[in-house]
Amino acid sequence: MIRRWYLWLPLLAFVGFVVLVTSGLMRPMEREVVSRMVGKPIPGFALKPAISELPGLSSADLEDGRPKLMNIWASWCLPCIAEAPQLEALKAGGAEIVGVAIRDKPEDVARFLAQNGNPYSRIGADDLSAVQLEIGSSGVPETFVVDGDGIITYQHIGDVRAEHVPMLLEKLEDAAQ
Amino acid sequence: MSALKPKHQRLVLVIVAVIALIAAGLLAAYALRNQASYFYVPTQMIAEPPAPTQAVRLGGMVQAGTLETMPDGVTVSFVVGDGEEQVPVRFAGILPDLFVEGSGVVAEGKLGADGTFIADNLLAKHDENYIPRELEDMTAAQVEQTVLETAR
Amino acid sequence: MIAELGLAALWLAAALAGLQLIAGVQSVRQPDGPLASLARPAAVIQGVLAAFAFLMLLWLFAQTDLSVKLVAANSHSAKPMIFKLSGAWGNHEGSMLLWVTVMALAGGLIGYLERRLPEVTMQATLATQAFVGLGFYAFLLLSSNPFERLATPVAEGMGLNPLLQDIGLAFHPPTLYFGYVGLSVAFSFALGALLTRQVTPNFARAMRPWVLGAWIFLTLGITAGSYWAYYELGWGGWWFWDPVENASLMPWLAATALLHSVSVLAARDALRAWTIMLGVVAFSMSMMGTFLVRSGVLTSVHAFAVDPERGTFILVLLGIYIGGALTIFALRAGTVQEGERFTATSREGALVFNNVMLSAILAVVLVGTLYPLLTEAFGIRVSVGPPYFNPVAAIFTLPMLAVMAVGPLLRWRRDGAKRISKPAVFLTICVLLVAVLVTYLSNASLLAILGLAFAAALAVGSLLPLRGRNLLRTPLATWGMVTAHFGIAVALFGMASESAFSIEKLVAARPGDMTEVGPWKITLDGIEPVAGPNWTALQADLRASYKGGSAITLQPQSRTFWSPERETAESALAARWNGQLYAVMGSGIEDGRRQLRLWWKPFVPMIWFGGILVALGGFLSLIGRLTADLKRHYVRRRSAERREDAQV
Repeated sequence: MIRRWYLWLPLLAFVGFVVLVTSGLMRPMEREVVSRMVGKPIPGFALKPAISELPGLSSADLEDGRPKLMNIWASWCLPCIAEAPQLEALKAGGAEIVGVAIRDKPEDVARFLAQNGNPYSRIGADDLSAVQLEIGSSGVPETFVVDGDGIITYQHIGDVRAEHVPMLLEKLEDAAQ
Repeated sequence: MSALKPKHQRLVLVIVAVIALIAAGLLAAYALRNQASYFYVPTQMIAEPPAPTQAVRLGGMVQAGTLETMPDGVTVSFVVGDGEEQVPVRFAGILPDLFVEGSGVVAEGKLGADGTFIADNLLAKHDENYIPRELEDMTAAQVEQTVLETAR
Repeated sequence: MIAELGLAALWLAAALAGLQLIAGVQSVRQPDGPLASLARPAAVIQGVLAAFAFLMLLWLFAQTDLSVKLVAANSHSAKPMIFKLSGAWGNHEGSMLLWVTVMALAGGLIGYLERRLPEVTMQATLATQAFVGLGFYAFLLLSSNPFERLATPVAEGMGLNPLLQDIGLAFHPPTLYFGYVGLSVAFSFALGALLTRQVTPNFARAMRPWVLGAWIFLTLGITAGSYWAYYELGWGGWWFWDPVENASLMPWLAATALLHSVSVLAARDALRAWTIMLGVVAFSMSMMGTFLVRSGVLTSVHAFAVDPERGTFILVLLGIYIGGALTIFALRAGTVQEGERFTATSREGALVFNNVMLSAILAVVLVGTLYPLLTEAFGIRVSVGPPYFNPVAAIFTLPMLAVMAVGPLLRWRRDGAKRISKPAVFLTICVLLVAVLVTYLSNASLLAILGLAFAAALAVGSLLPLRGRNLLRTPLATWGMVTAHFGIAVALFGMASESAFSIEKLVAARPGDMTEVGPWKITLDGIEPVAGPNWTALQADLRASYKGGSAITLQPQSRTFWSPERETAESALAARWNGQLYAVMGSGIEDGRRQLRLWWKPFVPMIWFGGILVALGGFLSLIGRLTADLKRHYVRRRSAERREDAQV
């Protein structure tokens, strides 16, 4: 068998390949740009209302002592439609949700809310993605947990799915302490 | 060449193949050390700037309000930031399809001596939309709504 | 009802694959056991059932049955019929069903037709084929059921995206899939032969058409993919060494090597273990390609809906099949008798050399493609591009091209270097002449100069095997080889010429401005808005005249899509016999000028014409082999009949 050592080389190389890609699969997807703002106070901003029915959003609103979810979304974003029921569920679970509408038009926002429900207590219009960039969000939808002092304690990237709802509520509770 | 002892022909062939593959591997490893371009975010690039001859990639967000076109009409400059540090970038060419202020970008090029990153190529990587994995988590009513919206 | 029929057929087909596996394994152990006669009919019926399931899916798409999730998500009643049908495989589930269908049909075909091999080898082959098939059935039925219904049907489908209504996109993925499936058949043959220790020329002859067929499809797939990237991405490049492109190139490299080693085995009964090895490698490369593309472990410029879970499933299948096959290889290959011998200067010697070079190129591409994954494990992010791939691949490609030019002139088994010294000297002069000429006339890079020089020599060298032959009586397979080798020379010429002589110009122009790009004079006549079904665009009217000749119009666009909002640049091409003018329009500047990027790319279409020639060569060769096989079969039957008559 010693003389045939070389017959095992291909298998060895293949095992190496499998180990490599498995480790690659195990690693969390790096394309999700994690914000450097987690654990830091939210930067100061004041956004005008995205629709006339609801007030706009400023950083002061996030420092009123009550923890909140800040949802970065847009009416032109398909996954945002998918996560709408989960936002309703979060609201039903006692979460206060404020929205930041990214590069949107008031009439589009209004239609989106009419179709998918409105879980928000405030919606600020971020027409240039300025706030989105400052808090380190790279896409829509994203959901941030902000505690009562305006400190970002958690960032959820991508749409909120049913399985994330209890986790987000828990994060919110943690932020209240 | 024809003096190969017939008895060992197979072993000789195997050894030739193994040597060629090992040579390929070593060559690849050597070339990769020099030719792979490393990925930097602005903070890293400020902290440990790469040599001006080294081709690297710079990734970050295009800072809002920084995109400018030079008088020649084909060179653009903008600032790429990662929330902490910022690096000015210059690029001559047509901006990629997904490139807007506020979007994520990967610039390929070299860091100039004056601290400006000279890009040869831009990749606007981050799609604004997270791709929904499937429709399966939507109710039929939602699918319908989505359809109406997209068809409009 | 149709969807349920399709699903039932699919489950039945999977069950038959199970039966085929059991029957095959049984009859390998016990050739006259009770199940021995079942594997072949099971393979045939399985093929019919899978094809039926696929037809049902086509039917659903043709009818736009919106109660089926896949149809609702990917089709629309207002689509043209051809895109409705192509929508059936233009998505993950449908494409997996197509894969399974083609694989089952291939299995049915060998089960029905292939009689050259010892029955026990055939049974082992069919068992392997069923084993591979079962994995894909499981994948399809458990995690990607194409026939799933929606609880409530929707009013209209979602797939009216005009971006996806592209004839190239409709036929590109299936082309690659046919290639991958062909390699899976080769894999089954290789394992069947290895398990039953029947690595014979007959085995090679049975396997060859499948390898050839797979190789033709892979060649076409790569050619089309390269043209698509060139045309669609608007970067003026035709190959980016992107992971997705490499994923299609690696199976092609392995299949090319396999194709040549199979020929040696069929003609000369040499390279037995090596051919088996390549059979396993070629299939593993095609599965790995699918895995890399679908799993998203590597980032790519080509947009793909990635899904790590499905990627994991493919990885598990890959591990089982390839890990298993390589283990069997390690255990068994030592017992495969060494084949016929040959000297270094012989046709076999040249083919072995090129096989080794192809394997080395494969290794180089594989290492480069996976390297970012390796460094990421240590927290460093890198990307590997042309500066690595071009020179390192060239180091192995150039000697291969040299041997390729003279190898076909060598005789089998044993030949003297003297006999080919004349053409070799002639070709060397060819190389030097062109190299000196190009260096003198242009400032091309070293690689481009070498490419042009070797292309010229290979073009001449590839035709030499026809010298002194009666062209009408030359076997079709020889014509195939000559055409394919000539095609490589043509493609290489296109690549090197593009790299050496391309002229690029970037301007900001107002309407009325004129600019020169090489021999072209290009005037921007105006910019006007145009509208499409879900986009508006600004379209530039460019009047281009070649060396003062009559003008042609190019209309590159800068399109804005709504929902979701995004801008894309649509390139415009003008082709002449000696090259292409390529225009892209960029964004506008406040002072009213518009960015234009213009390229004059001499002889760039040769890249894809060459690719088509290579595929054509493969096709000629395939026809030649198949007719020869048929003739041989017919003669054998006739002589068997005559013998029987004589006995009577």
